[in-house]
Amino acid sequence: MLRSAVVLLPAVLAFAGPAEANKVFVTNERSNNVTVLDSQSWEVIATFPAGNRPRGITISPDGKELYVCASDDDTVRVFDPETYKELHTLPSGPDPELFALDPSGNPLYVANEDDNLVTVVDVKTRQVLAEIPVGVEPEGVAVSPDAKTIINTSETTNMAHFIDASTYEIVHNVRVDQRPRYAEFTADGKKLYVTSEIGGTVSVIDLTAPEPAIAKKIGFAVPGILPEWLQPVGVKATKDGSRVFVALGPANRVAVIDAARDEVLDYLLVGQRVWQMAFTPGEEFLVTTNGNSNDVSIIDVKEETVIRSVQVGEQPWGVVVAPN
Amino acid sequence: MSDLRLALAVFCAAMLVALPLRAMEVKAAVLRIDRVVGPPISRLDERPADLGFAGAMLGNEDNRTTGAFTDTDYTLKTQAVAPDKAAAALDALKAEGFGLITVIAEGDILKALSDRAGPDVLLLNAGARDETLRDADCRANVLHVSPSRSMLSDGVIQFLMWKKWPRILLIHGSHPEDQLLAENYRKSAAKFGAEIVEEREFVDTGGARRTDTGHVMVQKQIPVFTQDAEDYDVIIAADEAGVFAPYLPYHSWNPRPVAGSAGLRPVSWHAAHEAWGATQFQRRFEKLAGRSMREEDYQTWLAMRVIGEAVTQSGKTDPASVRAYALSADFELAAFKGQKLTFRPWNGQLRQPILLTDGRVTVSVSPQDGYLHQHSPLDTLGIDAPETACHAFGG
Repeated sequence: MLRSAVVLLPAVLAFAGPAEANKVFVTNERSNNVTVLDSQSWEVIATFPAGNRPRGITISPDGKELYVCASDDDTVRVFDPETYKELHTLPSGPDPELFALDPSGNPLYVANEDDNLVTVVDVKTRQVLAEIPVGVEPEGVAVSPDAKTIINTSETTNMAHFIDASTYEIVHNVRVDQRPRYAEFTADGKKLYVTSEIGGTVSVIDLTAPEPAIAKKIGFAVPGILPEWLQPVGVKATKDGSRVFVALGPANRVAVIDAARDEVLDYLLVGQRVWQMAFTPGEEFLVTTNGNSNDVSIIDVKEETVIRSVQVGEQPWGVVVAPN
Repeated sequence: MSDLRLALAVFCAAMLVALPLRAMEVKAAVLRIDRVVGPPISRLDERPADLGFAGAMLGNEDNRTTGAFTDTDYTLKTQAVAPDKAAAALDALKAEGFGLITVIAEGDILKALSDRAGPDVLLLNAGARDETLRDADCRANVLHVSPSRSMLSDGVIQFLMWKKWPRILLIHGSHPEDQLLAENYRKSAAKFGAEIVEEREFVDTGGARRTDTGHVMVQKQIPVFTQDAEDYDVIIAADEAGVFAPYLPYHSWNPRPVAGSAGLRPVSWHAAHEAWGATQFQRRFEKLAGRSMREEDYQTWLAMRVIGEAVTQSGKTDPASVRAYALSADFELAAFKGQKLTFRPWNGQLRQPILLTDGRVTVSVSPQDGYLHQHSPLDTLGIDAPETACHAFGG
């Protein structure tokens, strides 16, 4: 009873007042820039160059530093989210694609696909703290809510590697389906969702036992869509633990999953080749990047409907929303 | 009750990810049978000494990286011999305990090796494209990771039909393999509604493949050779022997594109392919081999990864178990072609998209949009189950 009250409280707070206007940053892989949207008007308010082939994007918890994987520059570029000026770069190893920031804002964990490493970068000193050998073609990176565990998915080894954030040692490996792309913890840290793009599934990994284990694999089916095109990529879980959203790539759909039962409730039609997603801070909206239609779709999270789409640059890839 | 169910579910889930308790060892070999052939028309196509071997090494490295987490050790032996030494080399590999042998050889040699190898050995065909090896002459102990000729010809014709270029001038060489390839283009044209308006044969009269200022003669010969043809949209060259096809583009009498053995070529792989995360894969290969990746290298990489996936997922290393898992509905392999690759259980052929390249970029990838199939669009490429004459797989 007490627990349900605690769970409800943030949800109530989130919907208590009107949503604040936040900046939404979208990397455009092909046009080499970042589009900035306003999360109230959904208008494009700025576009700025972001190096060559910008893909992964995240922002510091204080909202003062925007990190962009400039894949073809082999570096992470750091921008001022107010002025859009480049502040400096961070060492990343070749072809950075995805990364995750420690909840405290430091360090940054970068997947380094060419060398089968996860690189740990101190964002203050700009030094490499560690290089952690993982499986072939590391891709997705996630940090547990308690910051004790780093997850890395390796696309050709097909595993989720569980890395101890204090020792940088791999402590568990969980086999998942082909080409795991992205990992997302639930807010309570009890479950981990891992998408397998080519396998076409989302592995739900139970973290409550001493050893992490796959509790369920979620499959997808949309009438009229070839099963081959149901390719799960980005995944986001709501903080209240009720819903999980999965971007299905070339199927042009976002799957809505009931997180209590881990079953698909609905498929929302978005733009073409939907890739990554980000919530607004209150989780009123979910923004999806649609790489082949050059737009983002805005999903009303409560209504579970797509409310509009906004043209951005060419081949949008990653998205992050500035904190309040 | 619910606690018991939960316990059972957790137990089953734990079994899913349970790693082998004791170390496993996987020994894989690549046997390449080198026939003496003349130099290619273009020196860009010279065969590197480690052709096919470098791809296998990368696949083995990938397997070893994964094996470090599953307590599985992978070793690889590569060997190139002349055709008359093929049988002895196979026997020696068997005697050394290699039961998973990837072969790059011409079709007749592969067939002889598969008959010699027996049921305790699994051969992975990373070379021969002969249809008959997947059809009437299929063998239960061979899985084909290289695409067949009909998969390639179907891939080209689908694209031409998508372009609405259905009228074809088919120019084939005079070697037996050229004839086989030409026959596949005829079948593909009939299958997808293209029309071969005329056929011509380019006879190999021998002589040096390259001479200084040879282009002067080519510029005079090819227009005449292609003159007065029935009206056509595209020339398709069937020149597996590599005698004439690269001379056709820009030299034909009519200004028409060329496809097949030159121009727009159907391939399992090419070094410029970047889609679906291939860039990192190309770079890892180039770092290892010091050159760009060829089709043979991709195919041997595939062979190693088939073994690696089957071992990782099944927890077994013997050839029969690897074969059984590879042919099962559970098998799937991500291989930088945008969808999972699986085996056709009726003839052991790996389903895969075919890349169409002009040599510089990926022009298109077949199957083309709109070619549908009740099981997999990939089965619109090559022989399908209802047509197969292969019975070694229980069909």
